[in-house]
Parts: sequence; structure tokens; C-alpha cells
Amino acid sequence: MNKVVASADVAVADIVSGATVMLGGFGLCGIPENLIAALVRSGVTGLHTISNNMGVDGFGMGLMLEAGMIASHVGSYVGENRLLEALVIKGELDLTLIPQGNLAERIRAGGAGIPAFYVPTGLGTVIAEGKETRRIGDRTYVLETALRADVSLIKAWKGDRLGNLIYRKTARNFNPVMATAANLTIAEVEELVEPGELDPDQIITPGVYVDRVVVGASYLKPIESRFIQQGGKA
Amino acid sequence: MSGKERIARRIAREIRDGFYVNLGIGLPTMIADYVPAGIDVIFQSENGMLGVGPAPTEDAADPDLINAGKQPVTELPGCSFFGSDESFAMIRGGHMDMSVLGAMQVDEAGNLANWTIPGKMVKGMGGAMDLVAGAKRVIVAMEHQTKDGGAKILKVCTLPLTGTHVVHDIVTELCWIRVTPKGLLLTEVAEGLSAEDVQARTVATLIIASDLRTMATEVLR
Repeated sequence: MNKVVASADVAVADIVSGATVMLGGFGLCGIPENLIAALVRSGVTGLHTISNNMGVDGFGMGLMLEAGMIASHVGSYVGENRLLEALVIKGELDLTLIPQGNLAERIRAGGAGIPAFYVPTGLGTVIAEGKETRRIGDRTYVLETALRADVSLIKAWKGDRLGNLIYRKTARNFNPVMATAANLTIAEVEELVEPGELDPDQIITPGVYVDRVVVGASYLKPIESRFIQQGGKA
Repeated sequence: MSGKERIARRIAREIRDGFYVNLGIGLPTMIADYVPAGIDVIFQSENGMLGVGPAPTEDAADPDLINAGKQPVTELPGCSFFGSDESFAMIRGGHMDMSVLGAMQVDEAGNLANWTIPGKMVKGMGGAMDLVAGAKRVIVAMEHQTKDGGAKILKVCTLPLTGTHVVHDIVTELCWIRVTPKGLLLTEVAEGLSAEDVQARTVATLIIASDLRTMATEVLR
């Protein structure tokens, strides 16, 4: 078995216009830089994206937005992207903001064969409008449905040709859960290792979830917020 | 001492040994600077980390190691990393002893609004709705009024809500307010202020505690 493909361009070549695409990352941390670049080069349009954020102007998913390839987006926070804010206010992009924990759990459910589940999050707010609620014990919960995608584009630290993956520090974030919830999961890794080199006890994403592996190159990894609180603690 | 520093110093005094705490972006992050001596507290960052340490020096910053504000942080011994789904499972599952976050509006019922201004601001709620629904204690840390003197502590919030009946305490540079079933109980006022001074700058009706105290801001070291 060898899931490694020659390049990011080859890996994304069969993603079609109008596809639903999940993209891993939190801010600019742990994003699939090479797959995003390849997707922009591919020229597909009308994508429905699912990702916690929308990059920043000029980097990450911001490049996809600037290329005009995104028709709708589901995420939890997009405050770093001014173009997106402008497009939404003008009504040119269909944006759905949902709580970050609901986003994560809806994707988890999507990958785990659970169609819907109840959470306390957002009860009595606009995000619960029109949704079924149910009293269980002494609390009322909101029914949330699973999220799946045609394709997940994720980023890992190291992986092998079987698709086993490990991540580095907070660059893990949404990547492992998104790996589970798409019909096609493409992982880009910083380093490709031989099967057996990753300690089986430490593997975060077992290869079953991964269809293609690409070795990424030339990572820029910009730090989004350079400046820290006075006093030096964060 | 700035108003924000006064707020951070006061809330830091509420942290108990062994607490797991999530600090929101901005002002709440400052609380980490004033943790009392001898207290072991573990800070959680909802992007997937427990044991968040202080900011690194500029050249030691690691782009794979950031907090929820997307700022570089460091690892403390015993820290751990996990995915976003697990991060919010621990938040929603009631494993956070305290969540401190900012607000645009809070009201007499403990409702909170901090994520959107319709037609003006498109940012998103991030993890705030999950945090207020799941943490054992939710403290709002904010400046008492808007920059142009507008009210933020209202009878009823007018902005879209982040959560209903979720706030336990409101801490501003002027006072400490506890949310009770009867309404907002003013328990502490900043040094030099009276309860009347605080009420004069607050639209919501404040119930004045019989044991009203001065807000302490010294760091317990």
C-alpha cells in the first residue's frame, strides 16, 4: 500500500468545482499550505469550505478567498480577514458562523457515524433558532447535526505511506478530526517516514482515515499575532 | 494602575490551587501575570493545549505553538496537546473550573453578548458559546463602559447573545458584581468609589450587598 502522491497538484487534481472542502488549521497554525496553493492553481470555483478560520488577507485560506473560488463558508471565527468581512456585509459570500466546539463535535460525529447529538451550547441564542431542543435531566439541550465533506485537506508533522500521522504541538487542532469526516482525505506532511518509524502508541491519526499523502515543502508558517501582552505572559 | 490591570489583578485572586482555567483573548490573558504565589493553576487554550506558559522571546517563538489569540506561547512542564474536538469535550464536559472572557454587553439575567454587531462586525463567536455553556464558573472581565461612555451592563442585552443565564460574575475597573437569581448584586467597589458612584454609571439596577467591600487588587505573593 502506498498513499503517497507525487505532488500537491496531483493530489488535488480531481477536486471539482462546487465541492465541499474541509481545511485543517487554527488561524495560520497547522494549515495545509501546499494543498491550498495547489487548489488555488487548479482554478476550481464555487467551493463550500468548512474551516475554523479564513486565514488572513494574503495568506492561508485568504488566498482562496482572493481567488474568488469560495461560494460559502462554515467556521467559528473570521475576524482576521478583512476581505471576508467586506464580502459578507455586501452579501457576496454566504457565511455561517457556528460555535467552535459545535464545529469540532459536528465533524467528529460526521466521521464517527453519529447523525446528530444534543449540546447545551447556544441555547436561547440565534444559533439555536429553528433547531430541535430537548430537556434531559435538569437542563435543555440543542440538537446539532453531523458535518461531512467531499474532501478534507489536512496538515500533519510526520506521516508514512500508509497514512499514519502525528502532529506537532498546537498545529494539531482540527486536523485529526477533519481527517475522519470526508469521502477523500488528503494529508500533507512535513516529513515522510518509513512504516514502523512512528511509534504505534503515539500515532494520532491511524492510516485508515487518510487516502493520499503529500510531502509539503517551503513552509512559511507565519505567526499571526506577533505581539504579546505587556508583562510578557500570555 | 490601569483599569485593565486592576481587573486582572482582582480576578487572579479568585484562582485556587489546582484550578484548570481558560482565559479569553485580550484583557483576560493579563490575569496570568498576577497568579498568587504558591498556587498551581493550569491554563487551557481551546486550540488544543493544557499547561500554557508565558510568551517566548521574539526569536524563540514557534509557529506551531500558539494560544487561541494566535500569539506564540511556551510549554510548561507537564503540558499536553490535543485536538479541537477533545479540547471542547473537556470544556463542554465541565472540566474547566473557570472561564474568563470579555463582553460587549451583560444583563441582569446573566445573559452575555460578545460576538457580533449585526451589519457592522463580522468576526464570529469562536469558542465563547461553548465555554460559557460548559465552564463551572464564568467571569466576565471588561471595562465598565464603552470607550465613548456607553452602558455595557444593561437591564436586557440588545445585541445577539452568546449565552443565556451563563454569567456568574462581572468584574470591571469599578466593581465586582455577582449575578444572582434576584438580580445583580454589587459586592465590591474600587477604592475611593461608593455604590452610588457605580450605580450612576450603570444602566442595570444594582442590589447593594450588606457587606459591600473595597475591591482588593494587591497580588498575593
